[in-house]
Amino acid sequence: MPHYPKPAEGSWTQHYPELGTEPVSYDDSTSPELYELERDAIFGRTWVNVGRVEQLPKKGSFFTKELDAARTSIIVARGMDSEIRAFHNICRHRGNKLVWSDYPREETSGVCRQFQCKYHAWRYNLEGELTFVQQEQEFFDFDKADYGLAAAQCDVWEGFIFVNLDASNTTSLRDYLGEFAKGLEGYPFHALTQVHKYRAEVGSNWKLFIDAFAEFYHAPILHGGQYQPDEAAKVASYGYEALAYGIDGPHGMVSSWGGISPPKDLDMVKPMERKLRSGLFGPWDAPDIGLDELPPALNPARRNSWGQDSFFFFPNFMILIWKPNWVLTYHYWPTSYNTHIFEGTCYFVPPKTARERLAQEYAVVSFKEYGLQDGNTLEATQTMLESNTPVRAFPLNDQEVLLRHLHHTVRRYIDDYRLQKASR
Amino acid sequence: MTTLPAEFADLEPFRDWAVHGERARYAKRIASTMAELQAFYDAAFPRMDAALDYLDQFTLDALPDDAKHLLWLYCALITVSFPVEAWRQPRVPDSGAASIDEVVSPAI
Repeated sequence: MPHYPKPAEGSWTQHYPELGTEPVSYDDSTSPELYELERDAIFGRTWVNVGRVEQLPKKGSFFTKELDAARTSIIVARGMDSEIRAFHNICRHRGNKLVWSDYPREETSGVCRQFQCKYHAWRYNLEGELTFVQQEQEFFDFDKADYGLAAAQCDVWEGFIFVNLDASNTTSLRDYLGEFAKGLEGYPFHALTQVHKYRAEVGSNWKLFIDAFAEFYHAPILHGGQYQPDEAAKVASYGYEALAYGIDGPHGMVSSWGGISPPKDLDMVKPMERKLRSGLFGPWDAPDIGLDELPPALNPARRNSWGQDSFFFFPNFMILIWKPNWVLTYHYWPTSYNTHIFEGTCYFVPPKTARERLAQEYAVVSFKEYGLQDGNTLEATQTMLESNTPVRAFPLNDQEVLLRHLHHTVRRYIDDYRLQKASR
Repeated sequence: MTTLPAEFADLEPFRDWAVHGERARYAKRIASTMAELQAFYDAAFPRMDAALDYLDQFTLDALPDDAKHLLWLYCALITVSFPVEAWRQPRVPDSGAASIDEVVSPAI
C-alpha cells in the first residue's frame, strides 16, 4: 500500500502510457554513433541553459561556454544597451577562437568594451559588429557589415540564460520550457545570490548521471551511511516514495518529502547537523526570501511533509528547489559517449552572520559528499553497460519513471531527426 | 600569518586548517590521517558553541581577520566532520579517483 496516492491507472508510469512498463535498453548510453546523433538531434537543436544573469552584472560583462556536445563554444555578453546576446566564439577572419585566456579549451569571463582576436587584431563590439580590420585595404570587395559575429538565439527565463544553436528554431524559450517553467515563475531566484559552484569530470554517459538524480529509490541504500546507524536501517526499510511525479513534453519533475529539515528526532542526524541546524536539505531555519505563497508548480501535491522538488528541463538542466528557501542546479555537459562534465551550483540568500554562513557551508559540503557517492557508481555502471555481457535490458520501477521518460525522449528526438534528414 | 582570536588560543595547533575555499579544505582532509582528523575534531567540536557566540558579535561583511580565520577553521571542521562522524576514513567510501571540485566559492 503506497504512503502517497498514485494516479488512477495504478502507477505513475502507466499514467503516461507511451512510456510502457517493459525493461529498458541502455544501448543509448554505450554507442559512439548514437552520441554523434545526440549532438545534432538534441544539443544542436534545443534550448540549453548556459548561466544566470548575475554572471553578467554590467554592460560589457561576458563569459564563454564550451558546448562540446553542440560542437561549438559561445560568448554570452551584455551589450552597451544592456541586452544579453550569444555569439559563436569564432573570429570571422580565419576561424580563430575569439575569446579565451591561456588555454583555448577553458572557459573564461570578464568585462570588456570589445572583443579583439589574438591573431590579427580584428575587433568586434559587444553587439557582435565587426568594428576594426587590420589593413582593411588589403582585402577584396570587403564590407565589415558582412562579417559580424555569428549570433546564436539567446533568451532569459527567470534570470536563467538559455541559447539555442539551431538558427532555424522557431520555438520560443517559454514555449519550449512549458508548464513547469510557467508554474515556477515568480520564485525569487534573483534573491539567491550567494553561489557555491562545483564541477566534476565523470566517466559515464551523461544520461546516467541524470538518471542518478532523477530517482531517489537509491537514497536510503547508497546514502545509508550518512544517517546514524539505527536510523539508516529504518530509512532502508521504508524505502522511497515520491509525493508526486510530473511529465510535460520532454521535461519532468519529482516532488519529495523533506522530513529531516529539521528532523522530528534530533538523534536521526549527525552531531554537526544538530550543532549547525543544517543538513543535506539545507539550513533548518529558512531565511525570508519574500515568498508568501509557493508558485503553483512547487509542491504540486500540496503536502505538509513536502521538502524538495526537482525539475528536469531537457536535455541537461535540473533545478532543485528546497523548502528552506535555497536552490541547487545541475548541468550535465557531454564530452563523448562515455564521459561528461557535471556542474552543481548552490544558491542561497547572502548570509548575514557567520552562523548562517556555516549552516550554508554544511548544506554545500553535504551535497558534495552525496554527489561523490552518486558519482562513483556511474563509472562502474558505464563499464558494465559497455561490456559484452548478455544482460541487455533493465527493469525500471515506478519510482524510476523519469528515467524511463528521459531515455524515451532521447529516442524520440533521434528518431525525429533521422526522419527529417531522410526526407530532405 | 594566520592568527585566531585570543579567546581561541587553544585551537592554535590547528590554525593551518583555517584556509579559504572548500577545495583547499577538502585537499587537506584527504591528505590527512584519521588520527589527525580526529584530533582536530576532538579539539574544535567542543569549542563550537563558544566560537559561534564569538562570531555572532560581528556581521559577516565586517569580520576582523582573526574572526575570519576562526570562521574558516569551522568551515574546515564541517569538511572534517564527514570522515569522523560517518565514513571512518578521510575519503568518501568507494569514491576512488572521483572528485567534485569547487570552482566558485564565496569571498568569505
